[in-house]
Amino acid sequence: MPHDHHHDHDHRGLGPSSHPCRADQDAPLTEAQRLEIAVRELLVEKGVATAAEIAAQIARMDARTPALGAQVVARAWTDPAFKARLLADGSAACREMGIEVDALKLVAVENTEAEHNVVVCTLCSCYPRNLLGLPPDWYKSRAYRSRTVREPRRVLAEFGLTVPGTTTVRVHDSTADMRYLVVPRRPDAAAGWDEERLAGIVTRDCMIGVAVPSV
Amino acid sequence: MTNDAEETGRRWHDMGGRPGGPVSPEEHDFALWEKRVDALMVLCSAKGLFTVDGLRRALEDMGEDAFETMTYYERWIAAITQNLLEAGAFTVAELNTKIEEVAARGATYGEASLEGGHG
Repeated sequence: MPHDHHHDHDHRGLGPSSHPCRADQDAPLTEAQRLEIAVRELLVEKGVATAAEIAAQIARMDARTPALGAQVVARAWTDPAFKARLLADGSAACREMGIEVDALKLVAVENTEAEHNVVVCTLCSCYPRNLLGLPPDWYKSRAYRSRTVREPRRVLAEFGLTVPGTTTVRVHDSTADMRYLVVPRRPDAAAGWDEERLAGIVTRDCMIGVAVPSV
Repeated sequence: MTNDAEETGRRWHDMGGRPGGPVSPEEHDFALWEKRVDALMVLCSAKGLFTVDGLRRALEDMGEDAFETMTYYERWIAAITQNLLEAGAFTVAELNTKIEEVAARGATYGEASLEGGHG
């Protein structure tokens, strides 16, 4: 099943989250890579964007990791007033924590004993990228996009998550303008933990809704 | 895949509820060129050269074959390029000249990048 790593070190031949790196430096140049270089250089030559702006944007995206979303969830778990504000207006609550959500309308949905939430984008790849970073490949796959709205329990089971029949599964289909963040249930075993420790158990998949936190 | 567009008016990208195989839990760390494509999309949108709707329109018009045979950022750079040409950011002739120039630099991404691709 998919896994969230939060390693902050590199393995040889592996990327920062220990998935294989694409050998884009030494492998034969692809058409798409050639086009990327050409378009980028033309934009710089025409004064549309500078190389520094492009590098800064990459750094900004690299800094957006599921750790940001986990901080938001941990705050919601420990501060009922914040949770109420988060569920009322996700964008405003994130800004309150200094997390920039740009123009996106962020909707936080809370898992309870009665309801489990899961997020998909059937049309494309819309995702709360400001809180979780770039979406994983499977989120953009035909299988996930097509089936999650029709048979969510079976899809969740493929991720190793069995939702009790007494719990309603609610599927949220994202749009370009509206992104969803799942606020998972805090495990009973994590009662009394501080925010930082709680954030450590909130994985990306928990905030998409295809997993639940475990201790 | 079945195409029910004639019956329902749905286009290929509107996948919700259609049949599909098991979800394959694949993911990879994004390569530099992919991050650059993502950055170009964000910056060009922010600068008003195109909108997310324009990008989506180009992606959807590329069709289902492109979805099946190209990777995500391969489709994105094609859609970005289409939108930038339409916006007049550069011409087809300028693009073709630049592509030839890039290809002549070397056979790998590192060699074809002016700064060695290490950004």
